[in-house]
Amino acid sequence: MQPFTTHTGTAAPLRRSAVDTDQIIPAEYLKRITRTGFEDGLFVAWRTNEPDFVLNQPRYADASILVAGPDFGTGSSREHACWALLDGGFRVVISSRFADIFRNNSTKSGLLTVVLPQADVEALWQALEAEPVTPVTVDLQARTVSHGDTTVPFEVDEYTRWRLLEGLDDVGLTERHLDDVEAYESRRPAWLPRALPVPSA
Amino acid sequence: MPKTLAEKVYDAHVVRSADGEPDLLYIDLHLVHEVTSPQAFDGLRAAGRTVRRPELTMATEDHNVPTLDVLRPIADPVSRAQVEALRRNAAEFGIRLAPMGDRDQGIVHVIGPQLGLTQPGLTIVCGDSHTSTHGAFGALAFGIGTSEVEHVLATQTLPQSRPRHMAVTVEGELPEGVSAKDVILAVIARIGTNGAAGHVIEYRGSAIRALSMEARMTICNMSIEAGARAGVIAPDETTLAYLRGRPHAPQGADWDAAVEYWATLHTDEGAVFDTEVVIDAAELAPFVTWGTNPGQGLPITGRVPDPADLADDNERRAAEQALAYMGLTPGTPLREIEVDTVFLGSCTNGRIEDLRVAAELLRGKRIDPDTRMLVVPGSIGVKAQAEAEGLDRVFTEAGAEWRGAGCSMCLGMNPDQLQPGERSASTSNRNFQGRQGKGGRTHLVSPSVAAATALTGRLTAPADLQSADLTSAGV
Repeated sequence: MQPFTTHTGTAAPLRRSAVDTDQIIPAEYLKRITRTGFEDGLFVAWRTNEPDFVLNQPRYADASILVAGPDFGTGSSREHACWALLDGGFRVVISSRFADIFRNNSTKSGLLTVVLPQADVEALWQALEAEPVTPVTVDLQARTVSHGDTTVPFEVDEYTRWRLLEGLDDVGLTERHLDDVEAYESRRPAWLPRALPVPSA
Repeated sequence: MPKTLAEKVYDAHVVRSADGEPDLLYIDLHLVHEVTSPQAFDGLRAAGRTVRRPELTMATEDHNVPTLDVLRPIADPVSRAQVEALRRNAAEFGIRLAPMGDRDQGIVHVIGPQLGLTQPGLTIVCGDSHTSTHGAFGALAFGIGTSEVEHVLATQTLPQSRPRHMAVTVEGELPEGVSAKDVILAVIARIGTNGAAGHVIEYRGSAIRALSMEARMTICNMSIEAGARAGVIAPDETTLAYLRGRPHAPQGADWDAAVEYWATLHTDEGAVFDTEVVIDAAELAPFVTWGTNPGQGLPITGRVPDPADLADDNERRAAEQALAYMGLTPGTPLREIEVDTVFLGSCTNGRIEDLRVAAELLRGKRIDPDTRMLVVPGSIGVKAQAEAEGLDRVFTEAGAEWRGAGCSMCLGMNPDQLQPGERSASTSNRNFQGRQGKGGRTHLVSPSVAAATALTGRLTAPADLQSADLTSAGV
């Protein structure tokens, strides 16, 4: 996973709530078996059908920060939604509330999800609509989002922050505790189900 | 210290706990399908890792599988490549796979319970958000992304933070014609599409206890549509009766040991929920959605809402966008909305009981000539059972299409898709824009509303049929 420390870029105001993962990337784009190349599916229905869609506007074409309405990422567990955003050039999504699985996936794939109060999101939207080239800085070290003269703090748990700053992979971290896993396994009751061997019919 | 059911299951699986770190949870059962796993297996290969506990892992093909010509190779080369990748990975890593055509194949959330792999008190994960289904047995079951699939394959564990706990209590008796689907659509309409974020929902109360396992699975299945991390229902006699004798259920002395443990799996008196929602069963009615998220639903007797009535800016904008996409006008009675396609199936409502309820309404009748009805059993096992009961004949004689097993039109990764502008009444779980096909318009309904709708060609409650019959009979 690519480490995340601080990022400065332009941002796109996505004034929609409950943006589900089927909008971020529809199911037909999930058939790929690689981990990259998902940008073609990113918001593809809105890009195709809605000329005014924010990412169709040239002034937001280079945005690397997405500022969305509440409940971003509801629906499916597809991590492809995070990959599509990363492949589409985004490093950060800001919203007042995320769906749990999407947020969890983001922390595994190096996409930073930042929760800000809706009032701060509104202020950002207004600033970006007035001045699309406004540079926005998201600093994970300092836990702040800055634009113009405004700096607002955000919360992120210390462990997730450390993992993102270091770009650490969870499997490697867990493997340090394999003795605990083995100890747990030795206590599991024998009657718990197993898929193998296959019982005879 | 009194605990909730979900806390008990969580605590029983903590491998390691340290200040300032997530807990490490042991995973008892890992279900795998072809869409969210290929990159995880690639990750294992790249790092030279193996699958730690192949025997606690079960794979099947469900999302891409066609429901016609199921014994031929998949025509779509991209779908075929994804399914073939799963076959290679299962063979290489020693994982059991139920491929297309296998007697155990089906939607991953249908086959786990059917095989008896899904049991009370387990932790169950799958790279699929509807893993919450398995909570109907009192298991802690949740959907994960592909990075986590890789983590579970490699370590049989998952880092987790403690969830919060929500009680949804449904007391009383459900009125005639009101099903589990209506209960959960009403719950989601009440708390919103992400209203249970961070929580495990425990469904309780007399109306829940009276439900069959199939109905409980329908409810837990859609917990994710309220944003919940999982949904659980305490195991009871209904659970035991369902499990007894299934291929992977414990037997003999093991059964007794299991039952003794399962009896402890209930929320203690005095345990505290962070959030409580109470619903009066008697006030529920058949529900349908009018919008583009599962929280945008109303009793079928209602009318398409007017966004102007919504005070919150975001909600109003969302309703306007939804109505524009759905091609609906505020004030239209929901029962006047005409549909083109009825889809009966999915991990929400593709079980034998769902098919029985729909077949009963269709028996001896013909569906509306301008309406297409697809019936897709959730698994080969469900299909075989339905055929043994003659339900396939009921559907085909009514003019519906009887198909092979899989996820099908719930998300249209196979050829079963809506055309742009086409409108469906669907027993699936998501009415998101384009979910059932580009430009398709979805109304979520129960199996009985689906069948009644197929007969009339517009959104219809089963009770409406009876009155229509009386009218045509001149009574």
